[in-house]
Amino acid sequence: MTAISSAEPTRRDFLYIATATVGAVGAASALVPLIGQMNPDATTIAAGAPVDVDLAPIQPGQIIKVFWRSKPIFIFNRTQNDIKLAQDADWQSFRDPQPDSARVKAGHDQWLVLIGICTHLGCIPLPHQGNYDGWFCPCHGSQYDSSGRIRQGPAPLNLPLPPYQFVSATKIRIGESSPGEA
Amino acid sequence: MSGHATYQPQSGFMKWLERRLPIASLVYSSFIAYPTPRNLNYWWTFGGILTFMLGVQIITGIVLAMHYTPHVDFAFNSVEGIMRDVNYGWLLRYVHANGASFFFLAVYIHMARGMYYGSYKEPREVLWILGVILFLLMVATGFMGYVLPWGQMSFWAATVITNLFSALPGVGDPIVTWLWGGFAVGNPTLNRFYSLHYLLPFVIAGVIVLHVWALHMVGQNNPTGVEAKDEKDTVAFTPYATVKDAFFVGLFCIVYAWFVFYIPNYLGHSDNYIMANPGQTPTHIVPEWYYLPFYAILRAIPNKLAGVCALGGAIVVLAFLPWLDTSRVRSANYRPAYRQCLFIFFAAVIGLGYLGSQEPTGGYVIAARILTVYYFGFFFVILPLLGLFETTKPLPNSISESVLRQGVPLGASAPPPAGAKS
Repeated sequence: MTAISSAEPTRRDFLYIATATVGAVGAASALVPLIGQMNPDATTIAAGAPVDVDLAPIQPGQIIKVFWRSKPIFIFNRTQNDIKLAQDADWQSFRDPQPDSARVKAGHDQWLVLIGICTHLGCIPLPHQGNYDGWFCPCHGSQYDSSGRIRQGPAPLNLPLPPYQFVSATKIRIGESSPGEA
Repeated sequence: MSGHATYQPQSGFMKWLERRLPIASLVYSSFIAYPTPRNLNYWWTFGGILTFMLGVQIITGIVLAMHYTPHVDFAFNSVEGIMRDVNYGWLLRYVHANGASFFFLAVYIHMARGMYYGSYKEPREVLWILGVILFLLMVATGFMGYVLPWGQMSFWAATVITNLFSALPGVGDPIVTWLWGGFAVGNPTLNRFYSLHYLLPFVIAGVIVLHVWALHMVGQNNPTGVEAKDEKDTVAFTPYATVKDAFFVGLFCIVYAWFVFYIPNYLGHSDNYIMANPGQTPTHIVPEWYYLPFYAILRAIPNKLAGVCALGGAIVVLAFLPWLDTSRVRSANYRPAYRQCLFIFFAAVIGLGYLGSQEPTGGYVIAARILTVYYFGFFFVILPLLGLFETTKPLPNSISESVLRQGVPLGASAPPPAGAKS
């Protein structure tokens, strides 16, 4: 007779616990690559590098569309009237309250740079349409003003701003924030 | 429910096989001797139709996959190649595309039949929940299949539907990027949708096995909702149910073939014959007809997160139906008030479907809100309360009593055989 009582851990207990632990850790580890492979791959991220846009050819009142990270970016050369409407609006009462000054770079009031994806369900709003001198989304009727702020319809938020900086007076780099910004 | 003859292998080979793999006796007891209620009507043939449609979709789908290229630069043209160059490609694609519509038509009828006759009630809760899971799998499969031709509607349907997840607070945006495999719907999205669209039908087939297994555990419901009690209440699955199913599959296919051959694009959208353009949203995007009621519910609610929750809730609530309905009487034939409310419910769903196809403005939005309130009110108010207050009609004592008079079917012209006892 061995002296080991049943309350003492046996080699069999050790095997059970060790097997279960290795199995659980192994299964959890296997999930990392299986889930991770669906995130953007290296080429997609590389293709998402910053892009430079020359602003000189954009006429006053014109909105152009460029692509950065497969997303449409609206660049709006705003007229004095557009700027005045955006600045004078009673922004505190808006759904997503933001003053116009928070949506442009200081000293560049004329240039509005937005990600052109409706914050409702991802459609691309149409320029120069709607009641607010801005954009109208054909999918579910959201309307944005000349500062890209949501004014009417189901979208919850203003059109988002991409990270960008002025590299010269007439050139911006989208995908890179200016020094000192988050 | 037992008592019918069991399988007896006759030949030497079948006896040899039976001792090693009793598959013949499994088929015999499940699909030949299996007792089915003798009063089943044609609404009960849609399970067979759905199985048939899954077979059609898998066969045509595997063949289409031999000619399709899942890449953003080639997908649209490869589908056009199937339509113009591949031998019988036009037929295979139209059978597959319209097959999705007829699959959904059949599943909606199948679900409506379950609701009308109370087929979800004890002891068939698990059977019903497996059905809801099958419906969810069908929704996912159909959606991803619609993306593959990479037309404008494909692209923007993918964008709008994946963006539904962005409504989730905090984790929404990382989840959407993970689903896309990029910063927008693109080639990685198309690739994974193709992979999953090929996989999910086989998952559906597996869940159908569980669905049929659960069905054979509890037995089929029937138009009276009264359980089968003895052999007088049932007939053998073969030939009675198999022949009835096969006959109705034939009728169903006549309508299906009419769509395939005469109006193959009637249920589609012309914008999907324009190649996907990530820079241009079509002026009016709508999903396929079979998602329209849920799309209308999404748009009826002015808050994004609440709208998405209502969309999901409208399907998930079905899984709780066995517990929301408090009545112990199954069939609507014996529940006059439930019957009225249920027909209004069906009308509301069809109405939501119509509203989902219209522009979301003015009166359409108000109408969609009223119908959405009825949709959820039906489940959360009407069903729990009706079971407590409704006066039901008297139930027949048995299935045979409801359809036989002195051993002869009601309406039969032959006199009862001599010596027959009631």
